[in-house]
Amino acid sequence: MQQIIISGLGGQGVLFITRLLAETALTLNHSVLISETHGMAQRGGNVISHLKVNPRESGLREANIPFTSPLIRPGRADILIALHADALLVHGSYLKPDGTVFLNTSEPSHATALDATAIATALGSSVSANLVLVGFTAGSGLLFSPPEAVLETIRRLGGKRLEISLKAFQAGWDEARSRLID
Amino acid sequence: MTARKILLGNEAIAYGLLEAGCTLAASYPGTPASEVLGTLARLRGEAPWPLHVEWSINEKVAFEVALANSYCGRRSAAIMKQVGLNVAADPLMSAAYTGVKGGFVLVAADDPGPHSSQTEQDSRFMAMAAKIPVLDPSSPEEARQLVSSALALSEKYEIPVMLRPTTRICHARQDMEPGLFAPEGKEEAVFEKNPARWAATPRFRLLLHRQLNEKLSRIAAEPALAPRRVTPPDGPATELRPPMALPREICIVASGAVLSYLQEVMADLGVLEDVPLFAVTMPFPLSQAFRQNILSIYSRVLVLEETCPVIEMQLQDRHRVDGRLNGFVPSAGELLPEVVEEIVRRFLELPTGTPVGAPSSPGRRPTLCAGCPHRASFHAIKKVFPKAIYPGDIGCYTLGLNLGAVDTVLCMGASISQAAGFYHATRATLDDPPPICATIGDSTFFHSGIPALINAVVQGARFTLVILDNGTTAMTGHQPTPAAGRRLDGSPVPAVRIPDLVKACGVRFLAEEDPYQFESFTSALEKARAHTESENGGIAVVIAKHPCLMDRSRLAGKPARRVTVTVSDRCKGCGICISQFECPALQATGEKSPIRIDKALCTGCGVCVHACPQGALETM
Repeated sequence: MQQIIISGLGGQGVLFITRLLAETALTLNHSVLISETHGMAQRGGNVISHLKVNPRESGLREANIPFTSPLIRPGRADILIALHADALLVHGSYLKPDGTVFLNTSEPSHATALDATAIATALGSSVSANLVLVGFTAGSGLLFSPPEAVLETIRRLGGKRLEISLKAFQAGWDEARSRLID
Repeated sequence: MTARKILLGNEAIAYGLLEAGCTLAASYPGTPASEVLGTLARLRGEAPWPLHVEWSINEKVAFEVALANSYCGRRSAAIMKQVGLNVAADPLMSAAYTGVKGGFVLVAADDPGPHSSQTEQDSRFMAMAAKIPVLDPSSPEEARQLVSSALALSEKYEIPVMLRPTTRICHARQDMEPGLFAPEGKEEAVFEKNPARWAATPRFRLLLHRQLNEKLSRIAAEPALAPRRVTPPDGPATELRPPMALPREICIVASGAVLSYLQEVMADLGVLEDVPLFAVTMPFPLSQAFRQNILSIYSRVLVLEETCPVIEMQLQDRHRVDGRLNGFVPSAGELLPEVVEEIVRRFLELPTGTPVGAPSSPGRRPTLCAGCPHRASFHAIKKVFPKAIYPGDIGCYTLGLNLGAVDTVLCMGASISQAAGFYHATRATLDDPPPICATIGDSTFFHSGIPALINAVVQGARFTLVILDNGTTAMTGHQPTPAAGRRLDGSPVPAVRIPDLVKACGVRFLAEEDPYQFESFTSALEKARAHTESENGGIAVVIAKHPCLMDRSRLAGKPARRVTVTVSDRCKGCGICISQFECPALQATGEKSPIRIDKALCTGCGVCVHACPQGALETM
């Protein structure tokens, strides 16, 4: 089982990323449980998604661990995808002690932080920062899914912004690769 | 490729309705229930039978429309949030007595927390008050499956049945394999006349009440909906005997989302195999056998449910039951998994868990979007009505709170009736009463503002009412209003115009202006205020008309940006525009340093130039 918190501000695409990762999990024959923020908080407030994925094949599943709750308890998340520096302050407590935060910040100061907004802006679409960060997360090798499978889901979901989405994801992935080599 | 789909709880309920052959569904949007009807409208074409789907004007109307369809022997659904059920309480109480013909499911979504509601009320209490059964799903998949159970139960006993999901069910997603859309119920509408039932007078109502009680006692004994033992998994599901290994005779009883948290928490604590866990699918009427057996077998019972002690109150032994009534479980707030873990630890006398650090920031409060026409309206209202009483209402524009332009938020439509109440109170007792300026959205005005406005007019109240008309129900996802002139399938119907309604309510001052046109809008508010203060004046209504910027269906192809706003060197960083106007595009850069405009967020509405006392915001 992998437990992932995705946090950002309303309008940053938290729900979109959650859907992207969940649909990818389905293609990998995982079950998913998600909890989302809807309603008033979406108007510029902090938005959070809880995403839990668990292999459906019993051989890959941890034995006798129920997979029932759509909510992640504080101190239990394996990964925090933080689309905004604020997200770390507000939702950082969900991360387990040895968990990893992938942080979008204008002043990256650790190995898994990057200025995804600057990378996306350079590609001509600042709103694609979310996909840059997901590409970076998937490229790190810590996500339940290989980056190729996420890329395939982006293609399958399609839409008007497909081309820029693919570019943004690839840019984040490239960044992760270059850091791994370093 | 797998046939499994990831469905939102609300989408799953819509799938359930189609799998069970629902023929009519009516709803009024409200978080967390809004997505059920929208999904039905989207899927309607895939059902091989005619399905009427409507956004009704309010929840009472939705309930009554769906009920008549059920009287005709057809499967029906009324869908609403918990406070919407308050609006529909009148038909609910009566319909329990008349009963139904075709299966009738009432989906009432509760909001423990609360996340997007005025109250944490428990709709299962409404089911108890009405004396109808209620089912309490613990996952999106179970919610989908219980729709069929609810409709079958409703048809068998000719009684409305409530399905009560909570936010964590409605807005959870889960992978599942939906079934075929099947016309299970009767399609042909057959209304069998029976005045003693459908139009029962008080004398017959007593008879119906006795029948209702008798139905309830039989429903409580329905084996398919009886409480079941989740763990330990060995032995028959209904077996109540505790495992012999257990030293203390204790158990946990739970329903809804809490049940899903409990299983993971108990596994983590290593007690899943040792402490019997019972799942209650139908909290009311609770199985009589279960009520008796559980208290005769267990010396201590922990009950976990949201948000009120519905199951707990039916377990009468106050010495053996731990829950909300003896303070063991907090009596307000959401039972989040971490809260559940601490309660279970206390119940099992285990050491408390490692405390997890609290968030180091409270986070950002929600605010109106950049360029929101409501912000322009509120800014003008504060200018024309300084120191006024501002009764507010339910919708995005409740966020006028942040701007100091909303003083009260009670329930749908109360802005108008409370404005009248404030008028009668202040005029009776104050020499220099403050002006009153109420705000209400277009959808909320249709929902329950109209009777309040008529009442205010005929009681001689005087105040200014601003109807914030953005042409949609924005907060809940842009559902159409009766002014749209079209049904959900796109077919044209007469558009009901707000100005016509306002005039028909007897209002003699009416103006309609675009709040983006700040001068003319302000001037309309000044005239409105003058009317309320003039000798032969009365209520004045100003319709602030500008479409919601987030409503993509209405704005397609229209140029959004009007002007480019720049910050001149007159900006001294006083921060008044940020604290008083609160547009997300206006951002502080530090004490006494000029603000900046976030070009990605700015929509170019240009209204902020009126918010700067220095005139430092300029349009190009």
